[in-house]
Amino acid sequence: MYARLPDARSETIAVAIDGEPFEARAGDTVAAALLASGRAAMRSTPVSGAPRGPFCMMGVCYDCLVTIDDAPNQQACLVLVAPGMRIRTQSGPVALAPPAEGV
Amino acid sequence: MAARVHDVAVIGAGPAGLAAATSAASLGLATIVFDESPSPGGAIWRALTTTPLRRPEVLGPDYWRGNATVRAFQAAGAEYLPATSVWAAARRGDGAFDLGVTGGRHAARVAEIFAARALVIATGTLERPFPVPGWTLPGVVTAGGVQTLLKRSALVPDRRVVFAGSGPLLWQVAWQILNAGGRIDLVLETIPRGRLAEAMRHAPGFMFSAYLARGIELVRSVRRRTRVVEHVEAVEALGAERVRRVRFAVDGAWQEAECDTLVLSHGIVPNLHLPAAMGCELAWNATRAAFEPVADDWGGTTIGSVFVAGDGAGVAGVEAAIARGRLAALAAANALGRIDAAKRDADADAPRKAVAHALRGRAFLDVLYRPADAFRRPVGDTLVCRCEEVTAREVRDAARAGASDADALKVGTRCGMGPCQGRFCALTACELVAEERGVSPGDVGHPRVRHPVRPATLADVAAWPANDVAERAVARDASSR
Repeated sequence: MYARLPDARSETIAVAIDGEPFEARAGDTVAAALLASGRAAMRSTPVSGAPRGPFCMMGVCYDCLVTIDDAPNQQACLVLVAPGMRIRTQSGPVALAPPAEGV
Repeated sequence: MAARVHDVAVIGAGPAGLAAATSAASLGLATIVFDESPSPGGAIWRALTTTPLRRPEVLGPDYWRGNATVRAFQAAGAEYLPATSVWAAARRGDGAFDLGVTGGRHAARVAEIFAARALVIATGTLERPFPVPGWTLPGVVTAGGVQTLLKRSALVPDRRVVFAGSGPLLWQVAWQILNAGGRIDLVLETIPRGRLAEAMRHAPGFMFSAYLARGIELVRSVRRRTRVVEHVEAVEALGAERVRRVRFAVDGAWQEAECDTLVLSHGIVPNLHLPAAMGCELAWNATRAAFEPVADDWGGTTIGSVFVAGDGAGVAGVEAAIARGRLAALAAANALGRIDAAKRDADADAPRKAVAHALRGRAFLDVLYRPADAFRRPVGDTLVCRCEEVTAREVRDAARAGASDADALKVGTRCGMGPCQGRFCALTACELVAEERGVSPGDVGHPRVRHPVRPATLADVAAWPANDVAERAVARDASSR
């Protein structure tokens, strides 16, 4: 539900969102990249399972928590995208320790 | 322990923090700045040095005016650590302050303790809670959130876009979205009937305000291009997986509109978490319906050598923020014995005049844009606490059952105990408890805020020195040990 302005000046950065390749832009936060990819929700709550997406975009509301490079519960609106970054949306409560690679 | 003690640590690199750091460094103080953003400017000048927007007219001249302040800061020689969060601050034995600082994932990760003899807290504002049914649905976003997407990433909402609320920020963001070529289908303005007349009592001051001409032009420009419904007294976001429709009432008559992005704004309130956790006294401002730090006219809080500056000290706009940053730096330099009172007072003359100029007419805006009671004191199933999903009914029931303040609410309902640490529910919770008890929110008080005020890892916490803050955090009764 967000469109990039056609005259925007920025290089593309390849990331993976839920295993699918996506071209974000330099300067995007992870939350901006997720919204640009067409997603509205990035997680569901541990309390009721309700879907949530970015609300404040400035690190206050914690509704954009996602898993970034296996680290869960990262504030997507405060982290800039980096080449090769693996971003995963979250469902309900997530484990405190990330699973080992390949598990 | 921190090896080096700075003279001044500035927390926040918006207008106030940048001005404070520039002044402090220019006075020869060893100055360090911590800021959560990857680039300087705070919210108002967000992404000033990195924005991908090509056309400067999209954001308007007030945005680009930030370049002068940022350049002066870059030339002043203060140390600058972007993309870092201060998660704790406390006075230690020698009178200096320990600062727990943690880096974002996009910076070199630091688990470090810094130290400084004086603090300028310039952590700005956050958006006032807008607790209406459906405000947690994906697709519902704050005006500041939409503005961040535009400034940092050149993203604009497409499909059907509805703005709801009131205040300068709402109109400014709407204007910028339209300038960028984005669309806005509908603006629901929530100023209650009769409020303009009430605000007009403060109009004589406002007539001389720089806001007047700019504000009127901006609102007119949006109105020419968008449908505006006035005196909206209720707003509801409807949808399951995301917002699909918005429902709203004027004079008791309900209407509905299709909606893919609902932008909410009832203005901004001071971000108090760091000063509150340090123990700075807060006071209720009834006109603005917000808590503010108690501070003298230098920004000095109730803790010695801890200053607040900018909108975090009370919302007054960018010019006042810059001036208050300078005043705080002057007072800090004097407190550290680096300039005498005569120089402090002489140098304070210009920023004091700037503050007075910026505050002229502010009362008009404070009264006009204070949200109607119904938008601040929800009822029924409307969520108050987004994190723990606590409803207005649960909060009111707990208050009626004896929860006399926001801390008692936490025990009874978990309201305010989620990851946002009450940032989006504290005001609402205080107002609901106050209403149920028939007292002022000031009597209820701001909920207690504890360190860490930002997410910290075990490595961060382990680096913290064993001082009284650490003891209070882990010991049930430190005095009995």
